[in-house]
Amino acid sequence: MITMSVPRFWRKQIARYNLVGTYCKTCNEYFYPPRNVCPTCRRDGQIGEHKFNGNGELITYTVIHTAAEGFEGQTPYVLGIVQLEEGPRLTSQIVGDPKEMHIGMKVRPVFRRLGQSGERGMIYYGTKFVPA
Amino acid sequence: MREVAIIGVKNTLFGEQWDRSFRDLVVEAGVGAVEDAGVAGEKIDSMFVGNMSGGQFVEQEHIGALIADYSGLAKNLHVPSTRVEAACASGGLALRQAICAVASGMDDIVIAAGVEKMTDVPSSKASSALAAAADREWEGIMGATFPGLYAMIARMHMHKYGTTSEQLAEVAVKNHFNGQFNPIAQYRNTITVDAVLSSIMVADPLRIFDCSPITDGASAVILAPADIAHEYTDTPIYVKGTGQASDTIALHDRRDITTLDASVVAGRRAYEMAGLGPKDIDLVEVHDCFTIAEICAIEDLGFVKKGEGGKVTQQGETAIGGRIPVNTSGGLKACGHPVGATGIKQAVEIVQQLRGEAGKRQVDGAEVGMTHNVGGSGATAVVHIFSRNR
Repeated sequence: MITMSVPRFWRKQIARYNLVGTYCKTCNEYFYPPRNVCPTCRRDGQIGEHKFNGNGELITYTVIHTAAEGFEGQTPYVLGIVQLEEGPRLTSQIVGDPKEMHIGMKVRPVFRRLGQSGERGMIYYGTKFVPA
Repeated sequence: MREVAIIGVKNTLFGEQWDRSFRDLVVEAGVGAVEDAGVAGEKIDSMFVGNMSGGQFVEQEHIGALIADYSGLAKNLHVPSTRVEAACASGGLALRQAICAVASGMDDIVIAAGVEKMTDVPSSKASSALAAAADREWEGIMGATFPGLYAMIARMHMHKYGTTSEQLAEVAVKNHFNGQFNPIAQYRNTITVDAVLSSIMVADPLRIFDCSPITDGASAVILAPADIAHEYTDTPIYVKGTGQASDTIALHDRRDITTLDASVVAGRRAYEMAGLGPKDIDLVEVHDCFTIAEICAIEDLGFVKKGEGGKVTQQGETAIGGRIPVNTSGGLKACGHPVGATGIKQAVEIVQQLRGEAGKRQVDGAEVGMTHNVGGSGATAVVHIFSRNR
């Protein structure tokens, strides 16, 4: 359910809108969603920002028929795990015909509305993916 | 470290219990377990209560004190009571904390309980509360549901190992078959593979009969140092091993989507502590929140080779009378899944089996049993090994 307060959403707005994550210079490992402690080298990590171009591959997916609260109007919708070219994986909706989805499918990012809190509430935007 | 034994157990009925409250349920389980052990209230040193989300399900926090109070252990005895939360692994983790308290020598008689009251809210609200066990900011916000996350595990398992929807259905069919012999089970009806495959789709490839239900229920066990267990019972059940492990909160960050590394590691830690291996286990209660979860669990705990969980289920190896009976209680699928109680209920089932008190679902000659409790999509796993022999 999208009932995030404005500040909670806004804090990660750049990461959500522009696929900005982080990477560890020590391990050459990339993180999206962003994280500030490298799980490989931990305190030895030198963490910097990284903007992903968002090209990736669909690792697995599902077609959701019983929606999460707040997503009822969107069913059926495709939820997938996308592996970006630099390595990290993320969860996102895949826009398109559920029948055309397949594991290994190349995808690219699109800026989309994720949902809104009630009829008068805030509209949330972020990154979804489409077949490349 | 002291050896620990279970000297008393109790489950409430599992199911939709509109006439019973959160505190009614857990008090029934706690008092029942205390009676089973024949232990006086003055002897109880501490209690640990597994509860995932009293806050969301009944708008009640401060669960530990509430339960001590309504169990009659707070006002005069002031027994310390601690709530333990690890999503759906809360019960298993409460048991582990209780074991640690006894093993350390800090406490002697300890209650480990678990409770969830899930039907006081509409099912959409219950599903949303459960979704809080996943990563709200990076999974939930995209429309992820728990069936959706496990469906992605299932799809990958099918792709990688050729697991079929029929094999998933066999898990539900078996667990319903076992559940009919469990007097506390939420569902005591048998089902067929066809019924599973024609039930409504929730998150492709998982259908409603691939999913565990929303359940009210509570369970409790009483622990004591093994050295004094015989003062309370002729059939103490000994805790031989306990293991816990964490993994990434989000499914997408896992090393392998089809393996719950937390299960693998928690299992290994429990095996090492017990000095036992998968071949020594006579029966196991695994965390089948979805049918695919049971398939992953029996693989991750080393009972079958990775990828063969579906096949061996279809061949009947996990049925009562099979090579390794899995979920004799009916599992989460048929017995029900009051999330905070499940990990304790699994231990109650194993104790009843090892005591030889499991009736029509009894595994003949069972001496060593295991429980496996998972939080979220696999970010926490807790595994215990129990034996009738010290």
